Amino acid sequence: MNDDSLLEMRGICKYFPGVKALQNVDFTLRKGEIHALMGENGAGKSTLIKVLTGVHVKDEGDIFLKDKGKVQIRSPQEAQNNGISTVYQEITLCPNLSVAENIFIGRGKGKFVKWRSMNKKAQELLDSLGIAIRANQQLASCSIAVQQMVAIARAVDMECSVLILDEPTSSLDENEVAKLFTLMRQLKERGVGIIFVTHFLDQVYEVCDRITVLRDGTLVGEYKIENLPRLQLVSKMLGKDLDDMADIKEAAPVYEGKDTTPVYEGKGLCSSEGINPFDFEIHPGEVNGFTGLLGSGRSECVRTIFGADKVTGGTVKMDGKPVKITKPREAMMNGIGYLPEDRKRDGIVGDLSVKDNIILALQVKTGFFKPFSKAKALEFANEYIKLLDIKTASVNTPIKSLSGGNQQKVILARWLLTHPKYLILDEPTRGIDIGTKTDIQKLVLKLASEGMSVTFISSETDEMLRTCSRLLVMRDRKLVGELTGDQLTQSAVMNTIAGGEKNAE
Amino acid sequence: MNMSNVNSSVSAVKKTRKRMTDTNLLTTITVTVFVVMYVCAILFLKEGFLKPQTMLNLISTNAYLIILACGMSLVMITGGIDISVGGVTALVAMSCAVYLDMHDGNVYISMLIAIGIGLAFGLVQGFLIAYLKIQPFIVTLAGMFFARGMTTIVHTNPFNVSNKDFVELKDTRIIIPLLGSTTKKGKFIPATIEIGVIVALVIVLLLFCLLKWTKLGRSFYAVGGNKQSALMLGINVQRTTFISYVICGLLAGIGGFVYFMHVGSGSPSHATGAEMNAIASSIIGGTMLTGGVGNIIGTLFGVLTLALIQNIVASLGLDQPWWTGITIAAMLCIFLVIQSIIISRRKKADMKAAAAQSNKEAAPAS
Amino acid sequence: MPNNNVQPPKASLWARLTRHQIVIPIAALLLLTIFNLIADPSFFNITLSDNSNGDPVLGGNLITIIDNGSELAILAIGMTLVTAASGGQDISVGAAIAISGSALLRVLCGGERTVDTFKNPLILAFLIACLVSMAFGAFNGVLVAFFKIQPMVATLILFTAGRNIACWINNSELPVVNDERLGYFGNYIPGIPIPTPFLIAVACFIITFLIMKFTNISLYVQSVGINEKSSRLNGLNPELIKLMTYVLLGLCVAVAALIKVGRISQINYSVIAKDIEMDAILAVALGGNALGGGKFSIASSVLGAYVIQFLTTTLYKFEVNAAALPAFKAVVVILLVVMSAPTVREKFSRLGRKLKKSKTAEAGNS
Repeated sequence: MNDDSLLEMRGICKYFPGVKALQNVDFTLRKGEIHALMGENGAGKSTLIKVLTGVHVKDEGDIFLKDKGKVQIRSPQEAQNNGISTVYQEITLCPNLSVAENIFIGRGKGKFVKWRSMNKKAQELLDSLGIAIRANQQLASCSIAVQQMVAIARAVDMECSVLILDEPTSSLDENEVAKLFTLMRQLKERGVGIIFVTHFLDQVYEVCDRITVLRDGTLVGEYKIENLPRLQLVSKMLGKDLDDMADIKEAAPVYEGKDTTPVYEGKGLCSSEGINPFDFEIHPGEVNGFTGLLGSGRSECVRTIFGADKVTGGTVKMDGKPVKITKPREAMMNGIGYLPEDRKRDGIVGDLSVKDNIILALQVKTGFFKPFSKAKALEFANEYIKLLDIKTASVNTPIKSLSGGNQQKVILARWLLTHPKYLILDEPTRGIDIGTKTDIQKLVLKLASEGMSVTFISSETDEMLRTCSRLLVMRDRKLVGELTGDQLTQSAVMNTIAGGEKNAE
Repeated sequence: MNMSNVNSSVSAVKKTRKRMTDTNLLTTITVTVFVVMYVCAILFLKEGFLKPQTMLNLISTNAYLIILACGMSLVMITGGIDISVGGVTALVAMSCAVYLDMHDGNVYISMLIAIGIGLAFGLVQGFLIAYLKIQPFIVTLAGMFFARGMTTIVHTNPFNVSNKDFVELKDTRIIIPLLGSTTKKGKFIPATIEIGVIVALVIVLLLFCLLKWTKLGRSFYAVGGNKQSALMLGINVQRTTFISYVICGLLAGIGGFVYFMHVGSGSPSHATGAEMNAIASSIIGGTMLTGGVGNIIGTLFGVLTLALIQNIVASLGLDQPWWTGITIAAMLCIFLVIQSIIISRRKKADMKAAAAQSNKEAAPAS
Repeated sequence: MPNNNVQPPKASLWARLTRHQIVIPIAALLLLTIFNLIADPSFFNITLSDNSNGDPVLGGNLITIIDNGSELAILAIGMTLVTAASGGQDISVGAAIAISGSALLRVLCGGERTVDTFKNPLILAFLIACLVSMAFGAFNGVLVAFFKIQPMVATLILFTAGRNIACWINNSELPVVNDERLGYFGNYIPGIPIPTPFLIAVACFIITFLIMKFTNISLYVQSVGINEKSSRLNGLNPELIKLMTYVLLGLCVAVAALIKVGRISQINYSVIAKDIEMDAILAVALGGNALGGGKFSIASSVLGAYVIQFLTTTLYKFEVNAAALPAFKAVVVILLVVMSAPTVREKFSRLGRKLKKSKTAEAGNS
């Protein structure tokens, strides 16, 4: 083992029934290094991490730790004992306990809890990291972003030698990401090795030193960041040169049909989620987007349009005729479809088969007393599996065993099957590999050209700039601007989000 | 709470009103309700309730239920359930009765038998639930069936225990100094309680300390709050779950013996519905079936509330058999509805406050 | 785009067969059958003899099983739906049967203590019994669906109050109906040798099958049970669907009550359908349904119900005391549940793989 390596994984193999998740993967982490682990969905990133943290037990291969030699890691506790700490994308803390308890639970000697000293230590830790909460408040009363920081604080306090951050920035806004990076650099100074698993290319190039790329469960290579420009990284992840991306990089689309009757027209829409009343309309064949900081209300807007949240006011017209849309069912009946932001929570019905997930929305639309015949359902499912190239063992596989990208495609298939007039896609490309991302963007443009109206929301502004002909900008739950044509540039978007009014405050 | 003038978010947060945890809030409600009910009882039903002995009898009769409910709360906090405790109580009573009268047994050994039976149930059930990961409801349902069946197999007919040592123990009363009532003739009768009450209170105290000040106790809350997280935080979830069932079983055994001391007999129909009473008491006491929330003091008051209702109903002259059941059910219903409303309101308020917080923090930087 | 063409090996016929949950009750059935064949093959004899009315009727253990298991099988239908949609169990069904039966008798007797003919038409009585039990089902459904209270806890209320309410309906009296037509539903219709409860159960199965085939109830209930939020966003109304399952269970309760009352033409409030809720939950679990909700198979539950009855009848044949019966049921249940527990299954399949590996290694060496 090398002298400045903290961690060496050699020849790691892991198999699941029917799937070779990892084959002969090597990974090295050095002292004081921030190391990105990248790969598309299904590449094996999370499996590798789970093997390292004891959630899965490896089938073959060795793990070496500095000063400890070869180690066996068979449980999260053993991983923790070996100085490996993990902060996951989903908060793995207990919401019913206090912040201080969450920081210190599950470790330390002694059988008794010393509340006063625990609270004091916790508060000191939180203050030193700039996390503005009280140590003795219940964790559930903190926002998700803060909860994540508490998770990191815990890892920091455990003086780990290896810190794994698994998609930590997915739910954070720019401010919080900056704070996180500051923290990471602090830890780097101390000699901690950080494994940073993420899909955000910008972030990788901002803070990492090295990149390891996985593809289809095998190692593609380990590179120093200065030796690997973006396009090369992407092509290594995909295994080919990326002409596709270049295809879409044209001038932003322009929409011609402004004079037609809007497919959807809403005035004074507001919901129980606290967005200010807004007006919105979209014409046939138009693609528009909502942008803004996290929490600015983008998702809440489209949820109001779909009736997913409790609608408290406003009037709606579809194709010029007044309609009532306060529930998802009513929206569906009027030809609107909605791909939710959180696919695991709101999108997939985990134990149901791929087939049932695809036909679900159309079935509800058709009615309680008119179930599809087995043959028809099969036909529908196969049609879209083929169309969207969904990778699944069979139509009857439970959707939860598919990879994230394929699950997303199934949900998309579900709504396409209903042949909506107006399709809302909220973060359809989040947590998805680049190849599928491009496919989805191309699909959106194709659907629009066939006459469907689409709202496309993405936290990656350039995706929206490539596909939308109109961008609505949100700030603090208010609609603050609309950009079209020449205005569709990154800087214009950023400026509108920031807004001129801030100086007036 | 005017946040707009505050400079840094740190001091802003420190200014927010201190908020009770879910557990504490629910417990406070329970205790308040109990006190209010008792006061009303005193005011409107005067006679009986003013005597301290009434209250103490309440506790004596339900000492076993307190113990059972404590074990139940523990398991519920961990996110599980144990519906075998009533059956175990009956089995303990019958087994000890048979041992004492038909095998001329020693009282102290019969206590060991009681504990042994309880522990056995706890160990087996705990193993099946924690290590084989079988659903708690099914395992403890089978446990209940088994215990009830075994009670009949041990001895079919009910009978009273005549073992001398035991009867002596059963009739021992502990005098509470200073409390008591005066008869019409002026004689002072001191207030007494059964030994079981002391046992119950000791157990309440022990469990309270366990839950508040030991790491094991806190890990019960963690496992109940989010099992997956607890695992990731390094808590041995299997062991924690296992221990919770073992303790519950043990307490069922002890509670069973206390029950036995109170009734002095063995019968297959003893303690019917005790498990449901234990669950109801826990819920009324603020323990949530979903886990992670609960408090022993609350449970204690839950049992007392239940017992108080029964007393009130009886003294109101509503002695048709159905009134007690209906009133307890109504009480349970009310508590459940209140709990669910409060918790869901809190969740909504939290989400709004959190969103507002992150927007506030984002604004200055942009 | 990279082609992840890894296809899992095609599952063997055995694996595919054993994947469906109905394997579990079938396995149990086979075990019981083999056991009885070994112990005493005459167990399976069916006789045709005259009953007390002089009509020829079928008799024998097998007939007893399908006869006595009918109420349970009917309840299993509703309980499966409730479990699937709301992820919890309704423990009040026994009490609900008491209420429904009580209402039925009340209407038949028109308020009198004993009648020789129906005071009101049976159809009316049954309809009212249905309405009553569906109303109580709705009560449970509202608590679970709209107040988001856990099913086991919400139904605890009716469990506690139900038999008391049943008592209250008839003012604590025990009405007796001497009209022989009531007996048809619980015993035999003159001229038909097959016990009526079984015929009623079969009718229920057919109706259920038709409902499942001609409506989307299966898809909706499963969807709601697996992911409520997602279901809502697909246009479903989870609250209504859950409420519907509880109301349907109420309907099953009414039918079961008709049969139960029909058996003896009177009612005993504390005894009728005692512990049937536990048996119903067991039937659902035995059928391999996830007690936490989601995918379900009614056929499996129904088979599970008959298996439980089969077990009971077998035990009676061996002259096990009725009160001790639960203990045996418990052991069988535990065995079954342990064998089907995922951890245990995994250990067996690992063993299987190891054996295969060593066999192929041997083959390779030789």
